[in-house]
Amino acid sequence: MDLSSLDLRAIGAWFHNLLMGTGMSAMLVQFIESLVGALLLLIFGLTLVIFLIWLERKLAGRIQDRLGPNRVGPYGLMQTMADALKLLTKEDVTPFDADRVTYNLAPALAVFHVIMALAVIPFADQVIAADINVGVLYLMAVGAIGSMAALMAGWASNNKYALIGGFRVVAQLLSYEIPLVLAMLIPVLVTGTMRMNGLARAQGDYLGLGWFVWTLPLAFIIFFIASLAEVERAPFDLLEAESEIVAGYNIEYSGMKFAWFFLAFFMNSWVLAAIGATIFLGGWQGPFVDQIPALGVIYFFAKSLFLFVVQAWVRTTFPRLRIDQMMSFCWKFLVPMALVLFGFVAIILKLHLPSPWEGIILLLSNVAILLVGLSFLGRSQRKAVYASKRAFTPTIPRM
Amino acid sequence: MVQQVVFILIAIFTLGMALGTVISRKLFHAALFLVGTFAGVAILYVLLEAEFLAVSQVIVYIGAIATLIVFAIMLSRSMMDKESGAVNKQWWAAAGGSVLLFAALALLLSKVPFATTSAAVPDDTIAKIGSQFVGVYVIPFEVVSVLLLVAMIGAIMLARERHG
Repeated sequence: MDLSSLDLRAIGAWFHNLLMGTGMSAMLVQFIESLVGALLLLIFGLTLVIFLIWLERKLAGRIQDRLGPNRVGPYGLMQTMADALKLLTKEDVTPFDADRVTYNLAPALAVFHVIMALAVIPFADQVIAADINVGVLYLMAVGAIGSMAALMAGWASNNKYALIGGFRVVAQLLSYEIPLVLAMLIPVLVTGTMRMNGLARAQGDYLGLGWFVWTLPLAFIIFFIASLAEVERAPFDLLEAESEIVAGYNIEYSGMKFAWFFLAFFMNSWVLAAIGATIFLGGWQGPFVDQIPALGVIYFFAKSLFLFVVQAWVRTTFPRLRIDQMMSFCWKFLVPMALVLFGFVAIILKLHLPSPWEGIILLLSNVAILLVGLSFLGRSQRKAVYASKRAFTPTIPRM
Repeated sequence: MVQQVVFILIAIFTLGMALGTVISRKLFHAALFLVGTFAGVAILYVLLEAEFLAVSQVIVYIGAIATLIVFAIMLSRSMMDKESGAVNKQWWAAAGGSVLLFAALALLLSKVPFATTSAAVPDDTIAKIGSQFVGVYVIPFEVVSVLLLVAMIGAIMLARERHG
């Protein structure tokens, strides 16, 4: 079998021809194609979550020296299915005095915004639902709907823990959105396009390994840290700090409505991993992807799942930050560093250096800014340690 | 034809949401209706093939402004649950003002000759918008950024802790 004929685009073309063959008008065909595409993405997203939850629980188990789910099905693979069935059978409780419409709308919006984000993720070359020219901005726009959903859930539950959770969501998501966007804008600056597929395509040098993570490692680090905060994972999981506010904005939700928030959480984790993989790790780019287009899908999933695993790894290893620590880390460390990096990259790009030198200079500037930033961080950390020690030293009155 | 049907549906949605903003009795509901209105306007921009404008609308209005409004409402405790009437004694003045404003805008829009073209929407609008911002319109762009900077400094001045 000729491997180069393995191509997801061929399926689309086959479907198009099949519909056109029935003699329908071109507009109707386009409509049906869009509908089927959207439905496929939706089903794909929802099914992927079942696997992701299993993966994360298994990983968390191994990291914390447990076995993880291992009873239902081989390797516990069916555990999530069983959990979903259990959640479906649970009683649907609406708290007294809750704001019904808002209360019921919030979980739907939470899932909605993540599924919307799937539309601009390229699974392989040109295998993308909508390659719009404002792809990166679009991702930020749908992300904004997510914080709205959390706020609505927090307010409508008529519960003070839920309300505090809602406040924390907005404070955290709005703050960490800034370094996230700035970090995502740096590759956009380099390529001059906001199309997600264009960003992936621009990283095809050196046998499909010319990823931006090599030339812009600092931007990738900032993006990854900010994305951890954006998906509400430890060490930034104050939003659902079980020991402080019980579960945050979703405390009053039960049964399938709770499951929707859970689903949105896991899908959002993977979506941000996929965005990171597309923008910084080349997406579907890799060796020999030009000859065998089907490899692109494998590369893309390998990279996005790798980032997802790293997220899970960080989540299971690090303790939770305090809210003031989290805020000052964002505003006093990530944002200034991202801004300085942005300025440097803009200036370097204006020099119009020849191809390999531009990358090397970008890499050097990244490393230099990272080192300077870390030295500032270390100095302020030492100061804080001294100050806290001094506060506890008993003052001996002089005789 | 299809486009017109879609337009009418979106227009009804947007107007309904706007009406809800004005007449809902809970302030929080009014804010949520406002978010719906913004979303409707964003969909209108998509229909006009102005993707950048649509996305900016969602980021700026839903992502930032509406969230801040909701946040402010949630922080002012007495506003949270109390149902207040949608109208007070000055409703007739507000209604008159709104009607006058609408009439003036309608008159203005019907008189102004808008430059229209039948050419298709260019493919790469966002790059053109960007180069216009730092080219022809650089002075207004810079003035707006200075304005935002002033607003930010003002916010910091208001919020900072005062010692002594």
